[in-house]
Parts: sequence; C-alpha cells; structure tokens
Amino acid sequence: MTSRRIFLKNGGLALVSLGFAPTFLARTVEGLAARQKVLITIFQRGAVDGLNMIVPFGERDYYTARPSLGIARPGAGADTAIDLDGFFGLHPRMRPLAPFWESGNLAIVHACGSHDDTRSHFDAQDYMESATPGVKSTPDGWMNRYLHAKEHQKATPFRAVALARQLPRALQGSAPALAIGQISEFGIRAGQATDMATSFEAQYAEAAGSVLHATGREAFDAVKMLKLADPSQYAPSNGAEYPRSPFGEALKQIAQLVKADVGLEVAFAESGNWDHHANEGAAVGVLANRLDDLSRGIAALARDLGDRMQEVVVLTMSEFGRAVAENGSRGTDHGHGNAMMMLGGGVRGRRVYGKWPGLAREQRHDGRDLAITTDFRAVFNEVVRGHLGLADTSRVFPGFTGKERLGLF
Amino acid sequence: MAAVTAVGAQRQARGIPASPDDKTIVHVLNRLGFGPAPGDVERVRNLGLQAYINRQLHPERIPDTAMAARLAGFETLAMSTRQLAEDYYLPAQMQRRQAQRAAAADAANPEMMRPAPERPAPGAMQGERRVLAELTQQKILRAAYSERQLEEVMVDFWFNHFNVFVGKGQTRLYLTEYERDTIRPRAFGTFRDLLGAVAESPAMLFYLDNWQSSAPQGAETSMQQRRGRAARQPQMAQPPPQNRRRGINENYARELMELHTLGVDGGYTQKDVQEIARAFTGWTIDMPRQGGSFRFDPRMHDSGEKIVLGVTIPGGGGKKDGEMVLDALAAHPSTAKFIATKLARRFVADDPPAALVERAARRFRETSGDIREVVRVIVTSQEFFAPSAYRAKVKTPLEFVASAVRASGVDVRNGQPLVNALRELGMPLYGCQPPTGYADRAEAWVNTGALLNRMNFAVMLSGNRLRGPGGRQAGGAPIPQDRIAAEIMAGDVSETTRQTIAKAANEPQKIALLLGSPEFQRR
Repeated sequence: MTSRRIFLKNGGLALVSLGFAPTFLARTVEGLAARQKVLITIFQRGAVDGLNMIVPFGERDYYTARPSLGIARPGAGADTAIDLDGFFGLHPRMRPLAPFWESGNLAIVHACGSHDDTRSHFDAQDYMESATPGVKSTPDGWMNRYLHAKEHQKATPFRAVALARQLPRALQGSAPALAIGQISEFGIRAGQATDMATSFEAQYAEAAGSVLHATGREAFDAVKMLKLADPSQYAPSNGAEYPRSPFGEALKQIAQLVKADVGLEVAFAESGNWDHHANEGAAVGVLANRLDDLSRGIAALARDLGDRMQEVVVLTMSEFGRAVAENGSRGTDHGHGNAMMMLGGGVRGRRVYGKWPGLAREQRHDGRDLAITTDFRAVFNEVVRGHLGLADTSRVFPGFTGKERLGLF
Repeated sequence: MAAVTAVGAQRQARGIPASPDDKTIVHVLNRLGFGPAPGDVERVRNLGLQAYINRQLHPERIPDTAMAARLAGFETLAMSTRQLAEDYYLPAQMQRRQAQRAAAADAANPEMMRPAPERPAPGAMQGERRVLAELTQQKILRAAYSERQLEEVMVDFWFNHFNVFVGKGQTRLYLTEYERDTIRPRAFGTFRDLLGAVAESPAMLFYLDNWQSSAPQGAETSMQQRRGRAARQPQMAQPPPQNRRRGINENYARELMELHTLGVDGGYTQKDVQEIARAFTGWTIDMPRQGGSFRFDPRMHDSGEKIVLGVTIPGGGGKKDGEMVLDALAAHPSTAKFIATKLARRFVADDPPAALVERAARRFRETSGDIREVVRVIVTSQEFFAPSAYRAKVKTPLEFVASAVRASGVDVRNGQPLVNALRELGMPLYGCQPPTGYADRAEAWVNTGALLNRMNFAVMLSGNRLRGPGGRQAGGAPIPQDRIAAEIMAGDVSETTRQTIAKAANEPQKIALLLGSPEFQRR
C-alpha cells in the first residue's frame, strides 16, 4: 500500500484527478515490488553475413572463399578483426561491443540456425519468428506463446512491445502485444478536442468483430498508461549516445519504457537491410555501416540501462546466414548457419558457444554454407527458461525436443 | 477472344443480384475500387450493377479527363528513365559525390584551416526528390480520384505482387517506368505477358540482382559457343563485361517461383532455383547508372543444358532459355491456383472460399491466364455477393486513406500529406522492402499503434489539415457526416458510434469520429 501511495503522489494523482480509474494502475504499482526481467530481441532482417560479423579468422578456408570480402586477422590498423578468443573476432566496426565482451556480459552462439533448408527470406523469417521450422500453419509467434505460457495476472498493455509500425510475426498471436512507431506520439492527437479520445474509445469498446474490438481496447489502455510515464522528458543516462537511425531510435525508446516501469517484459526491435547480394564491402562498406549502427545501438542501450542490465537480456537473430564463398558480384548469396549475440548482466559471456563445424568444402552444408550445430530454438529455449524463468517451455516451442544445454545462464 | 469473353460473362453473371440494394452497391464500390465517393451509389444504380462491373473491367473505355488534368503538372510521370537519369538523378549523384569528397578531405586534414566547403546547390537534390514525390502522389491521388477505380486496384495488386523496393539502389530510377510501362498496360492482360515484361524490367532486374548474374567461372558462355562455331575465323578479342566478375545470383530465380508464380508450396527444389538462375544469366541492364534498358548479354549467359521442374532446356538457347522457363511457370497449375487465391483474397475475404478459388484457377487455365476473365469470375460470383463477404475485409492503410478521402469529398491538391500519412500507418508507397509485398490480411494491419494512427488521420482529414499548399474544398460545402453515414456506409453505423457523433462539438469532429470509427475500417 505504501508504494501505491507514493506512486499516486508522483504521477498517478493527475490521472486520478482527471477521472480515470484505470485497472492497470494498481497492477503497475504492484509490479514495481519485484523488478521485472526483460528480454529485448533484435531481428536483423535480410540475413546478416554472420561470417563477417563474427569472423572465424582462424580458418584458412575463410580467406580462400572470400578473396575480396574477407576481414583481415587481428593485427595493426583499424580494419582488422577484433580478437575474441584467438579464433573468432568481431568485425572491426563492432568495437563498441568489445568492452561488454571483456566484462563478461556478451556471449556469442555461432554456427546456429534452423535445420530447415529454406533459403527464402520470407520462409526463414517466418520459421524463426514462429519458432516452428518447416511448419507454415503455426498461427502465432514464439514471443506471443511465451506470454500465454507464463500467465501474468498483473500484465500491463506494455508487457510486450514492438518498436515498429507493424507487429512482427514473433509477437503476433492471441495474447495482447503492442506495436509503436514513436512513443512520444502515441495517442489521439486532436488538439483542444480532448473528448475525441473518449469518444473513439467508446466506439471501439462496442466494435463488432474481435480484431478491432480487442485491439481498440488495448490501444486506449496503453495511451493512458504512457501518459503517466511522460516519455517526452527523456534523457539517456551515463552519457549513452544512440545512433541517429531508426534502429537507434527504437532502442532508445525501449530503454525509456524499461526505465519508466510500465511493465515491459518482452520487446522487439527491427534492424533492416542486411541482404547484401552485391557490393557488400569488407572492413568498410555497406555491411560495415550496418554493423556500426547495430553495435553502437546495442552499446548505447546497455550503457543507458546501467545496472538495470542485471535484469535485461538483449538477443540478436537473423533468418539465416550467407554462403561461405563470395559470389560474382562481390556479395554473398543466401546461406545456412549464422551467429547470434546475447548481452546481459546474467549472461555467462566472454565465450563463443556451439560446436564449430569448419569451413572446408566437405564440412559445409550442401558443400557451400556454414553448417548448423546449434538449433536456434535451443538458444531461445535457454533464454525463456534461464532468463525469463519459465520452467516448462513445451508450449512455447512445440515439437522442439532438443536436450542440449549450452549453459548461457 | 471476344466470344470467350461474352460466354464467360453470361455464365458467371448469375452471381450478380438483378435489383441490388444500396448495401450491395456499396459492397461493389468497396471491392472494385477504393470505396464510394458522394453520388457514386446513385450513378451505379442508374447504370446497373452488371454494366458497372463490365465497364470497370475495361478501363480503356472510361474517360478520365479530370484525373489527367489533376496530374498534368507532374511532368516526370511521362519521362523516360534515361531522361529522368540525365535531368535528375545524375546531377544529384554528382552533388553527393562532391559533398563526400569534401567531407573526406576535411576528415583527412582536421588540423588544416580551410575555407568552408562549397555547399552543393540544393537544386539537384530537390529535383531527385521531385521524381519520387510525383510518383507517390500520383498513386494515392489516382486511388482517390480516378474514374478507373478497378484499374487502380489492379495496378496496386500487380505492383505489390511483383514488388520492388524504392530503397534498393538504382531501383528508384526505374519505378516510374516500371509502374507506367510494365504493370499498368498489362493489369488486365495475360499473365504470361505480364510475367515476361516484369522479367525484362530493369526495376526487377536490379531489385532482385539478376542484372549481375552471369555464367559461373569455367562454364561456357553463349559468346564462347558462337565463337567455337566460327572456328578459325580471326576475331576481335571481346573484352569481358566491365568491372564484373562471374557467378550466378539466385535471388530472382527463387522469388520468381516462390512469389511470382508457383507459390511457396508450389513444388520446386533448390536445384530448380539454381537451374533457373542459370537460364536467366545474361538478362541484364545496359548501363543502369544512366537509366539504360534491358539487354541480353550473351557474354554473361551460361549456354549449357538446364533441367527445370523436370523439363530439359537444351543447351545453346540463349535468351530463349529464360522464355521457356517463363512459359513453363505461367502454364503450371500451381501458378493458376496461387494467383487465383491472391485475387480472391483481395476481392472477397482473407480466407477465400475454396470453391471460388478453384473456379477462378480453372478459368485461369482455360484462358491461358487472361487476367480480366479471372477477375470477372471472382467479382461476379455468388461468393462475392454472399452475406458472409459483406464488410468482411479490414482495409489496408492505402484503402483506408483513399476511401476516407473519397467519402469526405475533400479536394486534395497536394498529395504529399497523404503520402506521409501512409508512412505513419506503416504502408509507405513503393516502400515495402521484402519481395513479398504488403500483406492482404487483417492481422497484419490491425495493431494498437496503427489503429490510433487511423483515428488521427481521420481527425487531420476532417480538420482540413491535409490539404497542404493550394488545397481547397471541392464545390464549396463539405459533405456532411450524416450523408457519409447514410450513403457511403449504407447506414451501417453502430448505435454507439452514432451517440459519440451526436455529442461532438462541430461538424469536422463528427466526420472524424465517423471516418475513424471501427465501422469505417471495414470494406
């Protein structure tokens, strides 16, 4: 009760005096007692070239296959790989993440992905987000099924948020989830006509058809709640500087939501434009610029969240990797295995997980791609169990029977 | 062909109600176009439903002079790509390079005092933006104001089906020509013709990388083969294509089957993808930076034998290899089913009735992919007019924005605010990155953020904040909300919505509450 009163004094009072009595208010206040675990997933759409992101510089075949795209072994100069463990290195433009590796908060899983053979972006993204490779008819995404599997009596409208204009497949499903492009513009913008919001709310409360009805109710609950958090007054902590890109902007807003204690548990951000069939570039160029954006964004998020990173895990994923050999246009075609990154206070970092299959032709998948030794669902599964604390994940990952434990947490 | 059409029309026409009520007419206007504009329902009633549908199926017979006048100032819409490149893109590119060089020089000598770098004149960059501004505006303005409503629906459908993305390199140069010369003239033509035109379009060749795909190292090219035939004849040494290395690129081959023809479950293998990629080697662009056109380059073509979907394409076919692949794919039963399903989803329901899809697919096969006839089967079917289809679709953002403009009777002169609104609503024009195109199902478009943005758009539109410079109201008085509710929405407005409108302070707010209502989100 004490905390409830303090909360009302600090921010909720204004809302109450306006005549709202939103049910989620009590839920938020109670939710403050124990700090919420948070999972932030980042989807690198378009299939990042994992072999140039996490560079296996200890492999001779890597350099043979990539005469113009290979990243040089660690050494002098700004354009060489950043050594992680004597065999793998970060792309030189990922230096912002190096401190987190050193401090033991960054882990990597390499040669990871879906055992399904598809090289279609569409299918592979679909499979990764539904987490049922090979099954197209799965109606919901894995993050949405998690929301169901771990019922949360005090869930707020912000329990699951995608910083995107469209709800990604991973969050689609029957549990409520929110897609927001810009949190500062979230609401009805009718100037002086403040009763417009109330009117629209009444309309959608009575809407025929469940889609519009349920979505409308979520929307208006969320608007009221965000007003309390006052996102317009946000300044990042600890000197964190986000890149001025849609991705940086999305991560900054996720940090705002985390710090505003609005009940955020799973968040999703998009990082696009990884499909480099031509002129991919090596230490500099198109891929390098994308990795720069990615790394600076994640580093800023971690710095901004500060000691809250103890409760947070950031997980990156991409639908598949790219062929080992560069193609005829100085790019890389669709491949198979890839690398995932994980950053967080509870992560057992400073380690590259997974069995490395090698890059010699006979070691490759189909003779051309990085083989897969870790099912991507094994990583998801450990995050859901080890970080979000769901003991029985069978409903989140139906059909997944992998028993392997990487020991990420 | 004419005989087939007449028979087809007679046979399928039984789905059309003889004396349609207003709801049925509104339904047809919502599905064959972007919703009713004031007066449309009465016009269709006078003309007759069947006649209206027939007319819309033949857009070339519908005069559209007001639309032409509206777009008269958009000069870039009529220009060739080469001209657009010369007048707009190349100057802008040159300016960017200059700016980059200046920035690089600055970075290299940070200590040196140097005069402020010459700022590039803004003219070239503005010119480049103008091309895209005119293209995007014409799209939404046509949807809102063209008399050829079904043509606009079909152009949008096919562009989305054969999607290319403005953000991928040179693709942007070719967008104007792609929609105008490749898609629009074939929106009601035969599927094979459309497929072939897309395959040869620089927009698609660039977007899916086929322009760079060439015979792998060591494979014999058509050029080498020809030289072999003319053995011993002294020849000028042919230089290899400039700056280009060898190797196939599978991107187009895969999407050609998965997204353009067979569908993802259409029955093909990774081997088929590779073989088709080989067949299309040499389908390239002549100087893409200058806005050049399609060219078959025998020096890049893999002249060996290919086996595609079990059919052998003999070696030495040159450009014919690709044509044979397109023939086979267009005639494949999976393609008929895939296209029929997508069209039925657009016109009838997210999960269209299987019997209707089957009839439409059969019509596709019978007519060798006559698009007009397939659409005719769908929009004159009993399923189309069934009560279960009425208002069963949730509007996409494009459909919502265009229908709101039409319903309100607002005369939007500057389309830019509408273009911006579509970006806010998650559907930027020409801005769908993946080759899948935008989804045509309710779940993809109904989420909390986008729903609030729809309400906000309704507020802006009715508050007349969307006109931009030069905007004005058409013919004086705006259309009152009760007329929109009665005529445009055929009275299908809930009691709650009516109550909220009754309480609103003024007419713009009433209109906003109507256009932002859950009822108006459906078509």
